[in-house]
Amino acid sequence: MSQTSPVLQVEDLQTHFFTRAGVARAVDGVSFSLGRGEVMGLVGESGSGKTVTGFSLLGLVDPPGRIVGGSIRLGGEELIGRSERDWQALRGTRIAMIFQDPMMTLNPVLRIDTQMIEAIRAHAPVSEADARERARAALARVGIPSPDERLAAYPHQFSGGMRQRVAIAIALLNEPDVIVADEPTTALDVTIQAQILYEVRKLCAETGMAMIWITHDLAVVGGLADKVAVMYAGRIVEEGPVDAVLDGPLHPYTHGLVGSVPSQNQRGQKLTQIPGMAPSLLSLPPGCSFAPRCARADGACAVMPDLVGSGDGRAMRCHHPHLPPGEAAGGAIGETGRARA
Amino acid sequence: MTTPNTQPGATPPGGSALAAAMPAVPPVESPLRRFLSDFSASWLALLATLMLAVIILIALFAPWISPQDPYDLAVVSIFDARLPPGSTSMDGTTFWLGTDGAGRDLLSAIFYGLRISLSVGVMSGIIAIIVGMSVGLAAAYAGGRTETLIMRVVDLQLSLPAVLIALILLAILGKGVDKIIIALVIAQWAYYARTVRASALVERRREYVEAAACLGLGHARIVFRHILPNCVAPLIVVGTVQTAHAIALEATLSFLGVGLPLTEPSLGLLISNGFEYMLSGKYWIAVFPGVALLLTIVSINIVGDQLRDVLNPRLQK
Amino acid sequence: MSGEQPLLRLEGVSKRFTKHLDAAEKLVNLVGGRRREEVVHAVDDVSLDVREGEVVGLVGESGCGKSTLGRVVAGVHQPSDGKVIWRGKDVSGLTGAARRDALLKIQMIFQDPMSSLNPRMRVADIIGEAPRVHGLVPAADIPAYVDEMLQRVGLDPAYKTRYPHQFSGGQRQRIGIARALAVKPDFLVCDESIAALDVSIQAQVLNLFMDLRTDLGLTYLFISHDLGVVEHLSDRVVIMYLGRVVESAPTEALFGGPNHPYARALLDEVPRIDRRKRAFQPVKGEIPSPLSPPSGCHFHPRCPHATARCREEVPRLREIAPGWTSACHLNDERG
Repeated sequence: MSQTSPVLQVEDLQTHFFTRAGVARAVDGVSFSLGRGEVMGLVGESGSGKTVTGFSLLGLVDPPGRIVGGSIRLGGEELIGRSERDWQALRGTRIAMIFQDPMMTLNPVLRIDTQMIEAIRAHAPVSEADARERARAALARVGIPSPDERLAAYPHQFSGGMRQRVAIAIALLNEPDVIVADEPTTALDVTIQAQILYEVRKLCAETGMAMIWITHDLAVVGGLADKVAVMYAGRIVEEGPVDAVLDGPLHPYTHGLVGSVPSQNQRGQKLTQIPGMAPSLLSLPPGCSFAPRCARADGACAVMPDLVGSGDGRAMRCHHPHLPPGEAAGGAIGETGRARA
Repeated sequence: MTTPNTQPGATPPGGSALAAAMPAVPPVESPLRRFLSDFSASWLALLATLMLAVIILIALFAPWISPQDPYDLAVVSIFDARLPPGSTSMDGTTFWLGTDGAGRDLLSAIFYGLRISLSVGVMSGIIAIIVGMSVGLAAAYAGGRTETLIMRVVDLQLSLPAVLIALILLAILGKGVDKIIIALVIAQWAYYARTVRASALVERRREYVEAAACLGLGHARIVFRHILPNCVAPLIVVGTVQTAHAIALEATLSFLGVGLPLTEPSLGLLISNGFEYMLSGKYWIAVFPGVALLLTIVSINIVGDQLRDVLNPRLQK
Repeated sequence: MSGEQPLLRLEGVSKRFTKHLDAAEKLVNLVGGRRREEVVHAVDDVSLDVREGEVVGLVGESGCGKSTLGRVVAGVHQPSDGKVIWRGKDVSGLTGAARRDALLKIQMIFQDPMSSLNPRMRVADIIGEAPRVHGLVPAADIPAYVDEMLQRVGLDPAYKTRYPHQFSGGQRQRIGIARALAVKPDFLVCDESIAALDVSIQAQVLNLFMDLRTDLGLTYLFISHDLGVVEHLSDRVVIMYLGRVVESAPTEALFGGPNHPYARALLDEVPRIDRRKRAFQPVKGEIPSPLSPPSGCHFHPRCPHATARCREEVPRLREIAPGWTSACHLNDERG
């Protein structure tokens, strides 16, 4: 990767939900950065805060949720604290979102061309004919056959996979710097998911768009992303290049997730499983949130570990990580001996 | 109705590896407590509930709390007729809301009128719910021609104004409490049938009903133990609002003189009796019963609206 | 193959759903409209044997009929054609207690852990209802029996007075499993039973299924779109496409080298954690609507090897190796 400044830089992002039952720290100190053309997988289970992180990046957090701290810099510009008007101008032009349900983007009673032309002309002074041409090109780019005919169709005339492609085309219209995709292929069939993953990977490589792909599926991330960040209970517990993380997970949670995938286990034998279940955000255990489910936890885990980087682009938040055999043999890597890089 | 929660920290006695793998269920609000706290989120709804409670208590205890028995001819004196609010009678009692054309204490007459109006409304509501529920469930579970036939009858019924149906029926049946209850039931069962059928159709497709079929449970058990309890919430909501309608409808019919007999004066009849004195400036005879009717109907409707908001899972966060 | 009788045999099972015309549409037809009744062949002439103790994985994408087939097996739907044969007896020919017993022996675990439990019933009633109604357990022993079932699926019996919404997804799924086990079944149909669960919970529930298999000697029909899970669990895999079986093979053989082009595409395109960023060309086109499936071989519009014959003639399942069948015309040409 080049050392140019990142497109998106998130630092210590905090989004909390103020519910009647207490404050839920859905996103609690999330930091990462994203370079041009980079695809980052944001992985987590339900309640891990991955979706709220995505919504926060577009200023789409609704009450009782609120971004309470941190910084989101898009091309060097700070977004937190901006007015709703500014956010609206940014959304769709510089940062766009693809939802799990494409009908979040599409209006069911308007034709595709109406919606797309409107989206273009809302942000740029273009003639209707030019806008139509751009819409047609966007549809073609996401692999929709005979885009001219399809422009005149209504959303309900498309299949689920095609609708998702249209939603992606709309997100692409104004060539944003960053696209946030929230589980866009989870509801789709395997062969259709494969088609969309294929197109998306090609698009990012061609246009230099950066992308955050939010998912619970490590295998999808493995096939798509350059780097991955794993969230647990509102925090990033491990991040790094996809191959490094999936081949040698450091954090016990990531280790457990990768280990519980059937293909990582002997056929017919019991799967390695993570015991227990994710804690409620309203009653997080003190210290490391994963400690109650972790086989390696001990007294040290009563203190929340910091996210510690290790030079090769990797970082994790654990007192007792699964270090590769070589390093572990290097010895003296306890909760005190580790350098705070 | 709720039992105390078991301790969330308890470890499973089974002690197998799997049991140990399952941590405790996080503590949760009991359904009743959650319902109550959601319901009381609106002060207007609380106020309406309080008002409704007072109205119901008045109706229940009218004979004991009324200053006079307005239908005891030994107590009512024609010399007290049409006295304005706050007047004192010949024997020294105060008529806080004045008296009507026959010299009855209006406050007492309203208390007794509420008793009759509410009991007619609630009785007809309960019977209509039972009839409508059975018909709606039958339609949803039977499907096919039976369902089509039943639902066309419901549509026909709903396309006619309730007042018109009730008027025609009473013209045939004549006056009387039983007759007006029959008329109200016939005018209203279709609402319940439609509500129950709609929710039963949704519930019938849920996986727990398939599971019950898979477990070899009988049709009657599936309908009454599994589907019906899940259709109750919308029924309560419709039931509240429809009871308010029934009370208003009864008042309308009594006002028109086809409802209850003079011996059982509901609020509608009181309003009707007072109406002739309106132009002579004796407003209280018609207005105070009218206010009582209005407060009753408005408070029931507010409670019903809040129930709908709280019980509707789609509005729940 | 040994001559032993299969536990469950499906013979030419079809299930059609017909959407009848409503009154308005009939009226439209009277004045010259051309509304027709729509018939979906959800399951089209499927035959299948499941031996005692076997785990059969049933794989396919949406609209392939795998869930419908599971419901026909579990007795939730009646087949439109064909026979479901349980321990040598045609289920539709059974009556009374014999029919009920056959029905109870096949239980189903559903996909959605929320809607598969009655929200208005306590856990104890959800699990205890069927054994009580059918008199499988004396009424006095029901509470102890419910406790036993809860422990068997790894739940604390102390929770039995709670309602389903007070549990997490994984725990609700365990309650659904306990409900099925309470009628002492021999055969479980699992319809996407782990698809709605979180990744770390999926492994827990899969392990539970594997434990139950060894402890109780259960036979499974495991329906899933997740090939990794099916590969791990199943002895044999059946792949369906638009209502028909296209390939059926022992798991190792199938994952070693699938025969049918659709099976090949499916296996190729499933994202796997150990296969990253491969350069591949995904299969083209969309899954056709089951309302109007393509003629001949349903897969021919998307198949890279399709010939004229594939457009006209429905390929039959043929044995290409012992215990391995595939429905593809290409097999004829190869010899």
